[in-house]
Amino acid sequence: MALDPVQVTDPTATARHATTERRTARFILTGIALVFLALFLVLPLVSVFVEAFRKGPSEYFAAFSEPDAQAAIRLTLLVASIAVPLNVVFGVVAAWAIAKFEFKGKAFLTTLIDLPFSVSPVISGLVYVLLFTSQSALGPWLKSHGIEILFAVPGIVLATMFVTFPFVARELIPLMQEQGTTDEEAALSLGANGWQTFWHVTLPNIKWGLLYGVLLCNARAMGEFGAVSVVSGHIRGLTNTMPLHVEILYNEYNFVAAFAVASLLALLALVTLVLKTLLELRYGAELRAVGGH
Amino acid sequence: MTLGFTLAYLALIVLIPLTGLVLRSASLGFPGFWHVATDPRTVNALKISFGTSLIAAVINVIFGVIVAWVLVRYRFPGRRIVDAIVDLPFALPTAVAGIALTALYSRNGWIGHWLDLIGIKVAFTPIGITIALIFIGLPFVVRTVQPVMEEIRKEVEEAAATLGANRFQTITRVLLPGLQPAILTGFALAFARAVGEYGSVIFIAGNLPYVSEIAPLLIVIRLEEFDYAGATAIATIMLLISFFMLFVINLIQAWSRRRYGYGA
Repeated sequence: MALDPVQVTDPTATARHATTERRTARFILTGIALVFLALFLVLPLVSVFVEAFRKGPSEYFAAFSEPDAQAAIRLTLLVASIAVPLNVVFGVVAAWAIAKFEFKGKAFLTTLIDLPFSVSPVISGLVYVLLFTSQSALGPWLKSHGIEILFAVPGIVLATMFVTFPFVARELIPLMQEQGTTDEEAALSLGANGWQTFWHVTLPNIKWGLLYGVLLCNARAMGEFGAVSVVSGHIRGLTNTMPLHVEILYNEYNFVAAFAVASLLALLALVTLVLKTLLELRYGAELRAVGGH
Repeated sequence: MTLGFTLAYLALIVLIPLTGLVLRSASLGFPGFWHVATDPRTVNALKISFGTSLIAAVINVIFGVIVAWVLVRYRFPGRRIVDAIVDLPFALPTAVAGIALTALYSRNGWIGHWLDLIGIKVAFTPIGITIALIFIGLPFVVRTVQPVMEEIRKEVEEAAATLGANRFQTITRVLLPGLQPAILTGFALAFARAVGEYGSVIFIAGNLPYVSEIAPLLIVIRLEEFDYAGATAIATIMLLISFFMLFVINLIQAWSRRRYGYGA
């Protein structure tokens, strides 16, 4: 490496050179990273909005006045409003049980909670089809009682719950483990009962981690495609969620409408990312225990 | 009591349905299972799924490590925004990603148009599948490698430099071996996710049997034909191969931990 005069006269510059790359190398690496991200992540996002507005704003908004589109939006909101709260309750309880108590098989239980992440969404849907189809053990009983699960809303909710199952629990488990049990022990020794301890001590400690988990859980619940596609039966206006409606419109070559509905989901993703970044900036220290996905 | 609730909910939503899949597959018997497993269309779909996932995961490792390095080590305007954008594939619904990528890479799309001029077809070929899998897999590598990079102590690099290593040697001989377990974990996560991916792939793939038909799509096709046995068998094969690969990667990680004394 040829030394230029600046390095000789400025010892800190030499030290810096020993533990970082040369200026040109830094420039090239940053360039590669930015171009890669722009090509593979930003461009697809931008194209959603460009395609949606290709025929002007009136065509864009016309896509939402269609009854099937409105039914899809309502169904997506309904499914998320059932699946997310249930998984929040489960996530908090599971994290509580795993972080605050000692028992055998804890590591195994944590692995089981993560299981839906390593299963293909299509297989997540398939397991419910096998469970509730008319050929299954449960099928005839359900039919005789007039209960419809498959190709109806309950099946969509179940499949969504399956794929979003780990989100809240796995954000909270490391957080609660790091916080330990001393706060709860103090509350209990001061005479609080279990519920009071949870409500006034544990919950305030985990609230940002919980919000973080709910955010990711909700984004996935509203956007899930594979699992829901398998159990939904694709009945227009009845069992089509927004992502499924996007697929139908796209396959009918109704591109503007497909991208218009898709742009709502892309907006949801953007809002999720902004909130997530804000949470990380403000409460980074409290969320530090939280790993990736 | 909380443990009881956890187990009951876990069993109801995850374990019982998954057990149903395994039982159903077992009820096929070995001859029936083997018949589906060796069907040329199944074999081709599995080859395409695992092959494209492997290529995508390797590309994601190369670029994911560069992206993580740039985000951890360099300061430039907009770094926070770039860092947030890495999570986009986690937040963007797969179907939206699928139609957006198809629009970009089809023959009259922004990128596909240029590639078409030099004779490369992306949409409706295995290259298109790989592109979609690169999209959904990237954050797994970046988010696994990034925290480990942040923990690297400057002293290690300084020691290497004082001992006469140039920057390239420091990176390849000192830093990368320490990052290797994290890189491998990121690779495994991206690969596992890619193998099962459905939504972002089916639009760009074109879904030609034997050419660009992925295994998850073949499961859906069998289901639509009410061939539950066939769908179940393919699903079971996919799960078995995935678990086997994750097991092998775990072994490699344990080995590298023993060798280097630390790991992710």
